[in-house]
Amino acid sequence: MKESNEALFRYCLRIGDTSLILGHRVSEWCGHAPILEEDIAMANIALDLIGQTKIILNYAGELEGEGRTGDDLAYRRDARDFYNLLMVEQPNGDFAVTMMRQYLVSSYMFLLYSKLRNSTDKTISAFAEKSLKEVAYHVRYSGDWVVRLGDGTEESHQKAQSALDQLWFFVDDMFDADETDMLMFEKGIGADIKSLRIDWNNMIEPKIKEAKLVIPEANNFMRMGSRSGNHTEHLGYILAEMQFLPRAYPDATW
Amino acid sequence: MEATITEAQLEKEFQQKIDSGIVIEPKDWMPERYRKQLIRMMSQHAHSEVVGMLPEGNWITRAPSLDRKAILLAKVQDEAGHGLYIYSATETLGIDRAEMMEQLHTGKAKYSSIFNYPTQNWADIGAIGWLVDGAAIINQTALAKCSYGPYSRAMIRICKEENFHNKQGYQILAYLMRGTKEQQEMAQDAMNRWWWPSLMMFGPSDANSPNSAELMRWKVKLHSNDDLRQRFIDRTVPQAEAIGLTIPDDKLRWNPDTRHYDWGEINWDEFYAVISGNGPCNHERMSARVGAHEKGRWVREAAAAYAQKHLN
Repeated sequence: MKESNEALFRYCLRIGDTSLILGHRVSEWCGHAPILEEDIAMANIALDLIGQTKIILNYAGELEGEGRTGDDLAYRRDARDFYNLLMVEQPNGDFAVTMMRQYLVSSYMFLLYSKLRNSTDKTISAFAEKSLKEVAYHVRYSGDWVVRLGDGTEESHQKAQSALDQLWFFVDDMFDADETDMLMFEKGIGADIKSLRIDWNNMIEPKIKEAKLVIPEANNFMRMGSRSGNHTEHLGYILAEMQFLPRAYPDATW
Repeated sequence: MEATITEAQLEKEFQQKIDSGIVIEPKDWMPERYRKQLIRMMSQHAHSEVVGMLPEGNWITRAPSLDRKAILLAKVQDEAGHGLYIYSATETLGIDRAEMMEQLHTGKAKYSSIFNYPTQNWADIGAIGWLVDGAAIINQTALAKCSYGPYSRAMIRICKEENFHNKQGYQILAYLMRGTKEQQEMAQDAMNRWWWPSLMMFGPSDANSPNSAELMRWKVKLHSNDDLRQRFIDRTVPQAEAIGLTIPDDKLRWNPDTRHYDWGEINWDEFYAVISGNGPCNHERMSARVGAHEKGRWVREAAAAYAQKHLN
């Protein structure tokens, strides 16, 4: 693989793995949501995310040029070769954790894809254009719930604040730019992560305030590592479940 | 006395409307018993859609490819949508969704017995789409012509999506039957476990169906349980043969005189055990539904509190 392709390959894995693992987590709710309408909405979000995963992982396979498909990449890699954001592999917890995680990550995706719309790579820009419409809905949906829960009852407020506190450990990981990010930005393919962070803060702060919640102190401990495939312990279990059939029956097609 | 006469007249006019094929709408006069029977049937139908999300939802995180995962997600989402749609149609009869949910959770209302069987392997997802949704389509196509407008319209819409579900289920099994020996065994195992419960979905034999005569007079039901069951068998047997699946019934054979398949005997003891709460998964299904409802209580309270605060 050419060096530039290799960086783009890895860049695609980061985007695709993040969609895939978040989609997996959201789909775990199916049939168990607090309200039937939320069941429908969350299945819809999971479906969008799996659709996005297909596009970007198939493209990653093409870039690699070794005949791997999106399915091969999703189902035949082990945890250390996954590059999803640490935030998305965190367990669903209660509905407040799920909505907060969705809001924080969907806002990130929304801003990232807004920039990637102008990517010099045509597949990336088309992907971003398509995904942006879907992600805009995910932001609105989860943001509305963050506000309702934060400004609902005393109990829901506490749960929403607790969700924000526990997920905040994984915020810096989202913006932990490395040489791949730099290279992609320089080539006009990827986004500038530094400005993304500023935009993200500006986007979420008013919403968190509207929800009557408080953003944790900046100097707290931050867990990082997704750019180099260093994960929390949760990812292994997700993959064990998700990859079970193709791993158990390696010669089968489905 | 006068009220009784009026009631009798109304009922006579109602039956005349039904007999001449006029569709009954929510604001039309209807006998209390018609209303009750429809609430029973429609809420049971809505509950079945929602409980039915559980056995299939069980495999979303383990679907073996990204396409299969997306298709299954879309399908289970459709079922939730059907549930919502039928709950809304049922509300036109003067009961609200919260009360219907309460009836489900306390065991007063039933749901389709088929969802009390476990999905043990991936082929079960194929079998549900093909057999269970296939049986549902036969039922629902008939209901699409029923006398109550909101129910009939809901069925027309829902049948369109169920046809897609049916095809995707059949395709899953067709793929497995073209696959490895293990995949073929998986498919046949699913066939063996889901065939008879699918036939039970049409309900008791006509002789033992307590509601049938009345429902047929009101054109809520247009065909007998046994007729619909036979229609399903006649349609499904050739499909099974086409992909090499064996139907687990040694009495099954084509009868050239009746131009229908002859077939064996349903284990009615099993059917009655499952509908009275002793199927393999009755407890899991109910505790999942009740659990989701209870765990979600604080969320619903928060939404209500927020709405109250921001009324203007």
